[in-house]
Amino acid sequence: MSVFSDFDFNIIARSLPYLFREGMTFTLTLTAIATIGGVLLGTLIAMARLSSLPVLPAIAASYVNVMRALPLVLVIFLFYFLMPYIGQWILHTDRPITVGALSSTIITFTLFEAAYFSEIMRAGIQSIPRGQVAAGYAIGLTYSQMMRYVVLPQAFRNMLPVIFTQMIVLFQDTSLVYVLSITDFLGAASKVGQRDGRLTEMYVFAAVVYFIISLTASTLVKRLQARIAIAR
Amino acid sequence: MPMISIRNINKWYGAHFQALKDCTTSVEAGEVVVVCGPSGSGKSTLIKTINALEPIQGGEIVVDGVEVTSPKTNLPKLRARVGMVFQHFELFPHLRITDNLCLGQQKVLGRSREEAMAKAMSLLERVGLKDHAEKYPGQLSGGQQQRVAIARALVMDPVCMLFDEPTSALDPEMINEVLDVMVELAKEGMTMMVVTHEMGFARKVAHRVIFMDSGEIVEDALKEEFFAHPRSERARLFLSKILQH
Ligand SMILES: Nc1ncnc2c1ncn2[C@@H]1O[C@H](COP(=O)(O)OP(=O)(O)O)[C@@H](O)[C@H]1O
Ligand SMILES: [Mg+2]
Repeated sequence: MSVFSDFDFNIIARSLPYLFREGMTFTLTLTAIATIGGVLLGTLIAMARLSSLPVLPAIAASYVNVMRALPLVLVIFLFYFLMPYIGQWILHTDRPITVGALSSTIITFTLFEAAYFSEIMRAGIQSIPRGQVAAGYAIGLTYSQMMRYVVLPQAFRNMLPVIFTQMIVLFQDTSLVYVLSITDFLGAASKVGQRDGRLTEMYVFAAVVYFIISLTASTLVKRLQARIAIAR
Repeated sequence: MPMISIRNINKWYGAHFQALKDCTTSVEAGEVVVVCGPSGSGKSTLIKTINALEPIQGGEIVVDGVEVTSPKTNLPKLRARVGMVFQHFELFPHLRITDNLCLGQQKVLGRSREEAMAKAMSLLERVGLKDHAEKYPGQLSGGQQQRVAIARALVMDPVCMLFDEPTSALDPEMINEVLDVMVELAKEGMTMMVVTHEMGFARKVAHRVIFMDSGEIVEDALKEEFFAHPRSERARLFLSKILQH
């Protein structure tokens, strides 16, 4: 007799639309927004760290160090409770502003991931030979044009596999939003499991789904890496 | 007024190493000046100061009436008028040849895409690479890349051209295709300052030769004079070494 004999796998089939339409959609949306936002903000932070202006590099470095020293779950809680007050301070309102759990997680993940993406982009920028910078300046580009048209596209392209790998980690980390009772994929599976007393089935299923998506994605990244290596 | 005028410039890398020591020279419009000297003597540093890729700590540089060293000078605008060709080509590897040639025209000179493309194609034709317009730099040989790099500088309609050892990273069989383009350019009257050890090129088109050693301009003489009677022992030694090849 199989260990799974008293498992009810029908519950999975029945809850599929909810799991994917609600849960997975949220998970993927958060992953995508935090990646795009994180890369953009991270690139600015990386440029600040590498700039020769006073103070700016130190501020950027502190930001990265603080973010990387804190557990993500703590940051999620911290921002959720602090953001209303930060918003009040920035917008000069009379009361703490209302920030929904959804906006709060999007902002948190973007800010948190930016610290990691900034390290990736910093390595990418530093990997571009100085001669490229000189060539950009030599045709008359300004600093920002030189970065935008010469350095950053190459840095981004070189770092694409690493960015995707970080994105896969982020995809898994988004499940931490359960602490704010948000219905991401894992949260949706949890809710169904609790309602019907079928937590084990739902967690096994969720594990399989995370595994398949992450493995497929990292296989694709490896292929991309091979292609970039050939193109160089 | 000379096209390029360099007066008593001093440059340090960091606090202790002086790379250029009180260098003074000038290049007239239409003149071709070859700069030579042992490795590490400051040749690259000298020509990079002319378009302010390297800042200097003392002295004055004026290019086509524009004071390079003045804090008021719009450096991007100045650099757009000074063409520069590097030892390792430094084409932008992520852009097609056409985009390498259009980038500066469109973003710096504000030309339209059509205008920039027309100019790019006419210069590619001139350096014999029209058929390669849609390729990426990595698909071209070293000699072809360097010709593209020359075209990239020329599309900006520069008032003068700076070359930093344009053939020293090339396989021997590709050196001439690049030198031919440069000779033609010199004959058309382009003002050129060329760091090179190609003494054949110097003999053919240079008007003057500058010899540098340890950050100093040791000799600055007319070509005939330099080759026939180098005044300093250092230049004589240098010449005897490279002419042996
Ligand atoms: N970015 C730099 N920082 C510190 N020292 C440098 C730098 N660039 C060049 N130098 C030094 O300055 C001297 C002159 O260099 P360079 O102008 O490249 O010489 P050349 O082109 O004649 O070989 C060399 O001793 C070199 O090591
Ligand atoms: Mg050099």
